[in-house]
Amino acid sequence: MDLWFSENHTKNVKFSVRVTKQLYSNKSEFQQIDVFESPEFGRFLTLDGYMMLTEKDEFIYHEMITHVPMAIHPNPKHILVIGGGDGGTVRELLKYDCVERIDLVEIDEEVVEVCRKYPPQTAKCLDNTDGRIRFFYEDGLKYIRHCEDMYDLIIVDSTDPFGPGEGLFTMEFYGNCSKALHDDGIMVNQHESPFYDEDAYAMQRAHKRIVSSFDMCRVYQAHIPTYPSGHWLFGFATKKYHPLRDFDPKRWEKLGIETKYYTTNLHKGAFYVPAYVEKLLSDVE
Amino acid sequence: MNQRKAPIYEALLRLKSMRIVPFDVPGHKRGRGNEELAEFLGRKCLEVDVNSMKPLDNLCHPVSVIKEAEELAAEAFGAEHAFFMVGGTTSAVQSMILSVVKNGDEIILPRNVHRSVINALVLCGAVPVYVNPETNERLGISLGMKVSEVERAIKEHPNAKAVVVNNPTYYGICSDIKSIVKLAHDNKMLVLADEAHGTHFYFGNGLPVAAIHAGADIAAVSMHKSGGSLTQSSFLLTGKNVNADYVRQVINLTQTTSGSYLLMSSLDLSRRNLAQNGGAIYENIKAMVGYAREEINEIGDYYAYGKELINGDSVFDFDETKLSIHTLDTGLAGIEVYDILRDEYDIQTEFGDMGNLLAYISVGDREKDIERLISALSEIRRRYKREKTGMLDTEYISPKVMTTPQKAFYADKVQIPLSKCADKVCAEFVMCYPPGIPILAPGELITPEIINYISYAKEKGCTLLGTEDLETNLINVIV
Repeated sequence: MDLWFSENHTKNVKFSVRVTKQLYSNKSEFQQIDVFESPEFGRFLTLDGYMMLTEKDEFIYHEMITHVPMAIHPNPKHILVIGGGDGGTVRELLKYDCVERIDLVEIDEEVVEVCRKYPPQTAKCLDNTDGRIRFFYEDGLKYIRHCEDMYDLIIVDSTDPFGPGEGLFTMEFYGNCSKALHDDGIMVNQHESPFYDEDAYAMQRAHKRIVSSFDMCRVYQAHIPTYPSGHWLFGFATKKYHPLRDFDPKRWEKLGIETKYYTTNLHKGAFYVPAYVEKLLSDVE
Repeated sequence: MNQRKAPIYEALLRLKSMRIVPFDVPGHKRGRGNEELAEFLGRKCLEVDVNSMKPLDNLCHPVSVIKEAEELAAEAFGAEHAFFMVGGTTSAVQSMILSVVKNGDEIILPRNVHRSVINALVLCGAVPVYVNPETNERLGISLGMKVSEVERAIKEHPNAKAVVVNNPTYYGICSDIKSIVKLAHDNKMLVLADEAHGTHFYFGNGLPVAAIHAGADIAAVSMHKSGGSLTQSSFLLTGKNVNADYVRQVINLTQTTSGSYLLMSSLDLSRRNLAQNGGAIYENIKAMVGYAREEINEIGDYYAYGKELINGDSVFDFDETKLSIHTLDTGLAGIEVYDILRDEYDIQTEFGDMGNLLAYISVGDREKDIERLISALSEIRRRYKREKTGMLDTEYISPKVMTTPQKAFYADKVQIPLSKCADKVCAEFVMCYPPGIPILAPGELITPEIINYISYAKEKGCTLLGTEDLETNLINVIV
């Protein structure tokens, strides 16, 4: 059987993965949810036909969106995760004893249910019973509107700037995030890719909006094989901490947290982005 | 009749399958002659951009599919007759007025009518008798007409031919149209309704009464606003006291002889949709707007008003599908919030005036977009809120009519700077757009108060138009 999952990365570029079977397929209230089994990437989840995570490479995304800000903030206790129904980000956060509460705001409860069942390596942490996780199944934009001075860290673990996640790439959302953070809070967001034109444009728009809501905005990168171009960015926005000057590698290393991708050296390197990316960013700053 | 039918749409489908060779206009010949346009608008669209012909009937003189479509529309709206209009509701309003008054006739109307009403008076020479609408002082908006005021106008002008009613106003305010109809009919006057913002009244449940259902004689209904048809398509509805064949003659004085089948088929399909699903569609819109209203009022300083405005007279009813928001308590004019929403938040609302913002919610809206609007308003307040000083109280300025719109428009006139216009008689329109309600109409006295208002509107960034001078620095006044 010659069965392939394909995703168009642009109108002219296609990315395909051989699959052995489809484990789940259903249209939820918000989006089309599918789970496949593949020889190369293990199980993977797609939303509206876009690759969200695979068992093989999800660690890269989840470690980078979590450990970079966690290593900078000296005492992150209250964390908000918006999106991230697959549980990968929460799994990384639970590695920190200093974290007292994680609020997970996911619009689509069905994503959480599906991930609990099929690629459980990210979602089984959601069964954590020490009471640190609170679930909110609602629109992130609506949730954040009612929050003021509540969080040390907000992680925007969203889908793309179209579909159910589009409200999470807007000026009003970033402004509300800034309001919801403490004065020394940090916001990290999934920042799209700089490589293909359309993605780069979306990335620039998001960056421009974040810049107008936060005092300091930087971007860092990771290499994620199953995302368009493989070169992915994260936004780092804060009112106080500089991602490198306020970074104390020894403090983080003492925590003894085990990672596969993140290291304190990589942390520093991740903020040095290619020249063309620097230009894309400075054009909208 | 079977409201699932859509005769014009069906005739166009049949025509497509007949593969007729076109040696008639339009010259793009199903799009082949203009590849760029066909690519842009879509080939399917240009394939049905065709001209009147036997299988498609003729808008000027309907005998087959257009006639049937008009009958279906009349039934759906509960009218005696329905006309397909392709020149916008402006043309529907003008035909409505021209069907009823001629040179020298008096017509009773609220001053907050759309410019198209007074334009019709310029064309036909009828004399306006204005009923001053009440004003809500806190909101700075004109309300409906009090029945007692209409009664007084009727007593003072017993020979007037008709009464014009906005049903509703742009902001969603309704007059007591049933009582006005009774009063007018008792005095042998017709009632004409501008329902540019009231299409949904005919199909939704628990909404204000539709004009024709209230006994009005003619209504201009903007199907393209809340009804979902293409821009510029509209319905003119008539009741049993009106000779529809004469109305058609009047329509044909000014309406195109090449009626667009794109517009007509959009009317046909939208009517079919509303006749079948209108109840559910407007229920959903009411729920969305109700939610937005609650959330916006919770933000603070904004006031999204609703049925609590109802006072039994000048606000006899309120259209709950309208999301009108008073902004002045944030220290920002409505037009300023309107500009910030578009420039910084990529959100386009319908209009902002001095004190209010109107977000148009309709059949095409999504809950997540409503969330964006609410969040953006919340952010604008957080970022821009300031003291409420220096904001002009916008009061209704009662017009002083010195001569008829027609005489003033065609009089010998001269352009002079706005600041020097005090005590002159205006020979043209001055209005903010939207909403397109005249600040000055031809024939009205320009007062210092009005000059002040116009200058303030310009300073706040309102788009002013109507004047020959596109910058509205110079005003035409009667010599």
